[in-house]
Amino acid sequence: MSGRRIVVTSGKGGVGKTTTTANLGATLAKRGHRVILIDADIGLRNLDLVLGLEKRIVFDVVEVAEGRCQLRQALIKDKRFGELLSILPAAQTRDKDAITEEQFAGIVKQAAEISDYVFIDCPAGIEAGFRNAIAGADEAIVVTTPEVSAIRDADRVIGKVAEKNIPIRLIVNRLRPEMVRTGDMLSVEDVCEILSAELIGVIPDDEEVIDTTNRGEPIVLDEANKLRVVYDKIARRLEGELVPFTNFDNQGFFGRLLGVLKAG
Amino acid sequence: MIEFFRKLFAPTNSSQTAKERLRLVLMTDHLSLAPEMIEQMKRDFIDVIAKYVEVDRDKIEINFEQQDKALAMLANVPILAVNRNGGGNNGDGGKKTEEPKTVEAVAAATTAPLPRRKRRKKSPPATVAPSNASPAPAG
Amino acid sequence: MHEVQPEPVPVAQKAKRGRAIVITSGKGGVGKTTTTANLGHALAARGCSVALIDADVGLRNLDIVLGLESRVKHNLLDVLDGTVELDDAIVRDKHNASLVLLAASQTREKDEVDTEKMKALVERMREQYDYVIIDCPAGIEGGFKNAVVGADEAIVVCTPEVSAVRDVDRVVGLLGNKFRPQLIVNRLRPALVKKGKMLSVEDVNAILRLPLLGVIGDEPEIIVTTNRGEPIALRKDGATAAAYHAIAAKIAGEDVAAPTVEIKASGFFGRLGAMFGGAK
Repeated sequence: MSGRRIVVTSGKGGVGKTTTTANLGATLAKRGHRVILIDADIGLRNLDLVLGLEKRIVFDVVEVAEGRCQLRQALIKDKRFGELLSILPAAQTRDKDAITEEQFAGIVKQAAEISDYVFIDCPAGIEAGFRNAIAGADEAIVVTTPEVSAIRDADRVIGKVAEKNIPIRLIVNRLRPEMVRTGDMLSVEDVCEILSAELIGVIPDDEEVIDTTNRGEPIVLDEANKLRVVYDKIARRLEGELVPFTNFDNQGFFGRLLGVLKAG
Repeated sequence: MIEFFRKLFAPTNSSQTAKERLRLVLMTDHLSLAPEMIEQMKRDFIDVIAKYVEVDRDKIEINFEQQDKALAMLANVPILAVNRNGGGNNGDGGKKTEEPKTVEAVAAATTAPLPRRKRRKKSPPATVAPSNASPAPAG
Repeated sequence: MHEVQPEPVPVAQKAKRGRAIVITSGKGGVGKTTTTANLGHALAARGCSVALIDADVGLRNLDIVLGLESRVKHNLLDVLDGTVELDDAIVRDKHNASLVLLAASQTREKDEVDTEKMKALVERMREQYDYVIIDCPAGIEGGFKNAVVGADEAIVVCTPEVSAVRDVDRVVGLLGNKFRPQLIVNRLRPALVKKGKMLSVEDVNAILRLPLLGVIGDEPEIIVTTNRGEPIALRKDGATAAAYHAIAAKIAGEDVAAPTVEIKASGFFGRLGAMFGGAK
């Protein structure tokens, strides 16, 4: 049975597509699934960097498309996850018309034959890179932050992806519960009302994320990281489990004192 | 300190402002992305009006205008005559008008979200965090 | 006696051609649009006439950041196509009449922009405004190329994160020799830099090696200003507003120091703070 092919997109740049792709993929791998991550941001690749695999790149997705190497040769196995997590890096010195939608879709399908999950890290925007990225997908995750520009772009992207008639799920990233409480930030409920896509995850803003990407270490490997629980929940929802959403509203006095994010 | 006073005297908190602005902007975005739907809507609208009054179809103007807090559909429909038989249910005999009159119909859409593109059926999340609509007291 | 008179300069014409600056980054979400909006306001506040162009066709946001979204009737593509006059398409800012916006189209695609026409438009607008500032979309595809084509100055915006630095480096390469880009480091968090969890400005510029226009700290209030559509540079107080004004002054040629964000020195209180704040 072929693996699921999920594109992670947003429209707006900088909302956390690459970080989400990397961490969600790593979490699913930790849970025992075979996962392949494909970086579709040709010319501006970053998935390799975020996972700390940048020194191991030999071939890239364009070379696979051009037939200069096999898919298996280009895949980089992340040794921290045994055989379960691999990435297919983007080309850095080419641009997005170096590959056609059909070629990209073909590679995605090939990857799905040897994995349980294929995640496609989509570039920002809705140009050719975006079109390539969604070409081979049969599901979509749209990532947004609770900010006006991001939501507007997510709306546009949802409209474009909806033309493909594939399930679209939403992750709200970089939520700041204290700002929601003071009315300075849109709430998750606000976002869902406006975007009307199925919510699959809420990720609070966490300055530790910058540190993990600096070091190229996926959050799931750090037991002390508060966000580990959050990614685990998203992974479980993707697997089909009904998992309640964390109530970020109840941070309150004790929450802040203990510095503990209520798990659940 | 200045922030405190700004918040105290601000009419609404900024997330509410953001939500309203987004709603309007997305309505406009959706409208501009669905020209065929708009054309069909205009045709249907004119057909309905034409049941009651005779209109000059060539001179009808229908536009959408974004006002500060609302999106409005503005229609300018020159009327040539009022149908004797009304719309079917009126049966008031119909009055004969001497000169063409114009009807300006302003339908303000503030809350009803206008064209929603067809989305796949979504299922709501299993349990949802309580509403953040009313901010909890600080602390 | 016959004096040789110089060519009479028509009074209506500006003596100097305006400057065309593109704000770019490669990476999305680093603050290009916020920077465009705020620099626009800061320059207008100095008495300059400023035109902002949103080159993010299909994903426009400059209008909403400026709070002008309800006033946009026509857009860049309408002007390039010739269906609308430039004067009818530009939107005057609510707060400062010498600042105008030419919005992007929300529904068309970037590949519908004719590069030559874009170049000609920017050229035309330089005759009318002291500054034409172009908000570049994320990425390095067609949208980027069209945003860059009319400009002869570039400002790159970078956050102190590995992906952003890498992307800016690529963009600087693509900008080529025509440009000598200047750098704004945005969203710096001094506490994290101090803990060694975030790149410092020095780290960033050791890689990029660009002239530094300024450093702006991470400011949650920016979210509020975008919620309201009231750019932070409109405020009279606050470090972020001050930073934008200082950058505007530098752009205008004033001999001011580039705004920085202080990483507090560790004295007794610094160490004390680190003891509590550093606990994980």
